[in-house]
Amino acid sequence: MSELKEELKAKIIEQLNLEDVSVADIADDDALFGDGLSLDSIDALELIVMLDKDYGIRLSDPKEGRKIFESVQVMADYIKEHRTK
Amino acid sequence: MKKVYINSIASISPQKTFDNNLFLDEITDYNNTVIFAQDPDYKQYIPPAAARRMAKGIKMGVVASKIAMDEAGIETVDAIITGTGMGCMIDSEKFVSAIIDNNEQYLTPTSFIQSTHNTVAGQIALGMECKAYNFTYVHSAISFESALLDAKMQLENDEAQHILVGGVEELGAHTTKVHRTINHIKPEAVTISEILNSKTEGAVFSEGANFFVVSNEKKESCYAELVAVETFNTLKKEKVSETIESFLEGNNLKAADIDVIVFGNNGDVDFDDFYNQLSEGIFNKTQQVFYKHLVGENNTISAFGVWLACKILKTQSIPEIVKINEIKTSEVKTVLCYNQYRGQNHSLLLLKKC
Repeated sequence: MSELKEELKAKIIEQLNLEDVSVADIADDDALFGDGLSLDSIDALELIVMLDKDYGIRLSDPKEGRKIFESVQVMADYIKEHRTK
Repeated sequence: MKKVYINSIASISPQKTFDNNLFLDEITDYNNTVIFAQDPDYKQYIPPAAARRMAKGIKMGVVASKIAMDEAGIETVDAIITGTGMGCMIDSEKFVSAIIDNNEQYLTPTSFIQSTHNTVAGQIALGMECKAYNFTYVHSAISFESALLDAKMQLENDEAQHILVGGVEELGAHTTKVHRTINHIKPEAVTISEILNSKTEGAVFSEGANFFVVSNEKKESCYAELVAVETFNTLKKEKVSETIESFLEGNNLKAADIDVIVFGNNGDVDFDDFYNQLSEGIFNKTQQVFYKHLVGENNTISAFGVWLACKILKTQSIPEIVKINEIKTSEVKTVLCYNQYRGQNHSLLLLKKC
C-alpha cells in the first residue's frame, strides 16, 4: 500500500508538472485541491485520465473525482479496491 | 492618419538580448545546425502555478511581452496581436504523440489546450487581465509582419492607442527532425562567422520571442517610427529590386535615402541570392547589416530584424558583428528591413528615427 502511495505521488508530480515539489513534500493526507497542492479542474481531468490509463478505472461520473482525489491516501484506497490492471 | 511609433522592444533569442540595457555586447558563438533561445529567469515573471503548464514558447512570449510592457510604462493595451508560423510545437508534438502511442485513447487535456497557435496571445491576455482584441496571425515567414500590419492600421485609424505586437516560435524535437529530413536545416554544423560563406543548402534553425509596444502616441522610450509594412507571398528574384524601389517611391524615398538596410540572409546557398543581388545592386552604397548568423532562422525571426533596426535607430550605433560592409553614415535616420524565406513570403518594413 505504501508503495502505491509513493507511486501515486511520483505520478502526480510528473503528470501535473509540479515544479519544485518532491515526493517527500506530499503527505498521505494532504489535500490535493484547495489549500493543499492547489490543484485545479484541469488537473482533475489529468488525474481521471491517469486512473483510466494506469489502473483501468474509468469514472463514469466525473463528480466522483471530487471525493476520490481528496488526498493520496483516499486515492490509493480507491485504486486498491477498484483497479483492473 | 496618425503616425505609429515603436515605444518599447523585447527580445528573447539565442543571444543574450532579454536585457534591454545591452546591445549585442556579449556574443555567444555557436557551431550547430539548431540553436536554442537563452532563457531569462522565467520565475521572476511568471508565478510557478501558471508556469508549470507552459512550454518554452509560451514562457518566452509571456516574458518578452512583460519586458516590452514594462519598458513602455503601461499596464494594459488596446489589443494583443501575435504572429507565429509554427505555433506551440512542443505541446502539439506531445498531444499528437499521445494520440499515436495510446491508440487514440487516454488523451490528456493540458497539452491539447496549450497546443493551439493562439495560446501565447491568450496567456498574455490572461496575465494582464486584458479582454481587448486578441488575434494571432499564422502566415509562415510573414506571420509577424501580418500582426504588425494589423496593429499599424488600427493605430493609424485611431481605433487603438497602444498595441502589443510580437512574434514567437519554439523548437519541437520531431518537427526539427522533419525539417532536417527535407534539407531545410543545414547538413553540417556552422559557426556564426562562417554562415554567409557556408555554401550549403538550408539554414540554422532557432527559436525565440520578440515583442513590441506600438502606439500612435510617441513616448519618451520611443525607438522608431513605423512608416510602412508590405508583404508579398510570391515575388520572383528578378522583380525584387523593382518592387523595393516601387515600395520606397510610395514612401517618397529612393534607395540612396536608406541609411541602413537590414537583410535576412541565412546562408542558404539556394536563396541568399535574393539578398546578394540587392547588396551588389541598388544598395551597394548603403550600410548593410544582417542578424540570422546570431539568432538563426525561424518563421518570425524577421521580428528580430525589427528589434535590431530599433536598437540601431535609438542608439545610433551598429555592432561590428552585424555589419556586412563598411559604409559610414553620419546619422541613421531611415532603415529598411527586407526578409524572405526560401524565396517566398517577402516583407519590407520601413522605420524612421523618432
